[in-house]
Amino acid sequence: MNNSVVNTARLLGAGLRALLVLTLVTGVIYPLVVTGIAQGLFPGKANGSEVKADGKVVGSSLIGQQGYSLGYFQPRPANGLGENSVNTQYKLILSGATNLAADNKELVKQVEDAKAKVSKDNSVPGYTVKPEDIPADAVTSSASGLDPDISPAYADLQVHRVAERNGLTVDRVQKLVDDHTEGRTLGFIGEPRVNVLELNIALKDLVAKD
Amino acid sequence: MGPVLAGVLQLLALTAALALAYIPLGNYMARVYSSDKHWRVEKWVYKGIGANPDAEMTWCAYLRGVLAFSAVGVLFLYLLMRLQGVLPGSLGFSSVNPAQSFNTAVSFVTNTNWQSYYGEQTMGHVVQTAGLAVQNFVSAAVGMAVAVALVRGFARSRTGELGNFWSDLVRGTLRILVPAAAIAAIALVACGVIQNFSGIHEVGQFFDGHSMGGSQQWNGGAVASQEAIKEIGTNGGGYFNANSAHPFENPTPFTNLFEIFLILVIPFSLTRTFGVMVGSVRQGYAILATMFTIWLGFVALMMWTEFAHHGPALQAAGGAYEGKEVRFGVGASSIFAVSTTLTSTGAVDSFHSSFTGLGGGITMLGMMLGEIAPGGVGSGLYGMLVMAVIAVFIAGLMVGRTPEYLGKKIGTREIKLAACYILITPALVLVFTAVSMALPTPPHSMLNSGAHGFSEVLYAFTSASNNNGSAFAGLNANTDWFNTTTGLAMLLGRFLPMVFVLALAGSLAEQKPVPVTAGTLRTEKPLFTGLLVGAILIITGLTYFPALALGPLAEGLA
Repeated sequence: MNNSVVNTARLLGAGLRALLVLTLVTGVIYPLVVTGIAQGLFPGKANGSEVKADGKVVGSSLIGQQGYSLGYFQPRPANGLGENSVNTQYKLILSGATNLAADNKELVKQVEDAKAKVSKDNSVPGYTVKPEDIPADAVTSSASGLDPDISPAYADLQVHRVAERNGLTVDRVQKLVDDHTEGRTLGFIGEPRVNVLELNIALKDLVAKD
Repeated sequence: MGPVLAGVLQLLALTAALALAYIPLGNYMARVYSSDKHWRVEKWVYKGIGANPDAEMTWCAYLRGVLAFSAVGVLFLYLLMRLQGVLPGSLGFSSVNPAQSFNTAVSFVTNTNWQSYYGEQTMGHVVQTAGLAVQNFVSAAVGMAVAVALVRGFARSRTGELGNFWSDLVRGTLRILVPAAAIAAIALVACGVIQNFSGIHEVGQFFDGHSMGGSQQWNGGAVASQEAIKEIGTNGGGYFNANSAHPFENPTPFTNLFEIFLILVIPFSLTRTFGVMVGSVRQGYAILATMFTIWLGFVALMMWTEFAHHGPALQAAGGAYEGKEVRFGVGASSIFAVSTTLTSTGAVDSFHSSFTGLGGGITMLGMMLGEIAPGGVGSGLYGMLVMAVIAVFIAGLMVGRTPEYLGKKIGTREIKLAACYILITPALVLVFTAVSMALPTPPHSMLNSGAHGFSEVLYAFTSASNNNGSAFAGLNANTDWFNTTTGLAMLLGRFLPMVFVLALAGSLAEQKPVPVTAGTLRTEKPLFTGLLVGAILIITGLTYFPALALGPLAEGLA
């Protein structure tokens, strides 16, 4: 064998050993130590911030759910959400956005249909929702498809419908929404929001108490 | 308070945090790469590698180290994915197919983190933590090593020695990235990012008496530990498909701002490291000012266009909320989008494909600048220094003087190397895009039609060649064509520039310093910063204007 082949082999050997050593440090020790500390200090959060209702886990407060009946507060649309196409022994949710462009006709239709639906669903006797009053988050799909929140404006808009369907007064439902409205962190970070799952659990409790 | 004001305040808070970290982190990194003491752990590591960390390397030897280490990295990661089906601790996930394994292995070794797969259905625990996350560390450390070698080229004279690759690699990983990532990961868990090794498990769903009440299946995962290094190392590969928009990766408005901070902190602070190592922190400030000016300008433009929400669908909705999360809002999403595309990160907290036409164009232009404001860890600094060489050359032509930078003459050899450097990525982007558009099948991958469909392809090759990794994700990139071509674009876009950077470093190190005279262009002054910003914008604009006109400009100005 000539010299350059030997040298190349030696160099690749050094590269491989470096990779293995660094894999041990950054790919084994580091994640295990972080997991240990995380599970020790913040077990609830490290395991997905699960929330319970009636003693049963009903999801994560961080993960938005779809499919609530109209007696409950509705989440944002999630047209980008998918189901897994490989490893189908599981039924996994694939997070994601629609990726439709701002000038895509299909997206325009999705938005307009959502707007008509929100307007129709939330208009109850004595309270009419005009299309121009509907906030943007109510008619657009989120980035993850799992957005746990809606804007306070969208929650407020649903108060009359929810009150009517559950036989509650508007004031009580409005107070529930206000109690679950979270402002910007430190007053300026992010946007104000209402967690839909937590709000609906509280609503269910309120209805059960009556 | 309105959302615009809140966005501006978040920008100010972010800037303040970066400013606070600048001097201590920059000085620390300079010490890391200059110290002649080895930690005891490092000595064990060097013994394991079988390398002498004190042996100085020429630029050729340094380059061979980079290439050998990266080649082994691609092969190892490829095999790990191909063997996933038989590896324990992989949730029973099947092996990844060859084209996608090649693409993903290249993607993570080149610090790109382009993902043609869905994380939650494709990659098990072992591949994520012992494969992908490892490259998040070491590909970042390789980038920093090459940048430091170039800085040594400026700082040293009459020598061929640029330092020791193995030592720079190990120190960057152990002394900078691992401690920073560990602290950041714990902070992220404290805010709600998950960190476990549980399998896929059933979780009940909320039952309201009428609907639902079924169950959902979730992946567990070592998400926080990966999220931290994904941002700090400007990698950007998400654990989940939705990346930093997924609530398990980025649960609160605070984590969002924190993640933007993590993306930017090392690239900006490296200009301090540069200043310290060349013996003039003011030279570092001039480079910093260039990066910061461009970054701030881009953020301002992005906020303007996103708050204005032009485009039929966004107008109908009454706001640019398509592909954005409520907790972040338009302002913070704009800051994130600019920061991720002006660095080589490519993580997203909102989906660029649904931005306004001009907003999508800003993300593309950010990558087309070469990701130098502030750029990827290491790659941002060396990319910017190459542009500085070009800028002093242009200034030299204007006054008819031999250009010099940091006491080194920019002669024929140096300017040839710099010119080759800046021609590589545009050539890759434009040729691959043109060929993809000309062939019959690749355009079938487009989700949107018209100008935006073209933008999806242009974005893909811009992202791959510049090692960014974000996407106009409507494009179905999991085809043999796109897996292969973006893979090649990533490889060539990462390592060819490194060849020229290291050759340039070697050439600079051999020179003897030129004394500063009255005729020397003062590269630490604002005049030079202005010249550099101008050179960057003009060169990129001339290169890419036709392509941008067909895509985002056609869409945004329609």
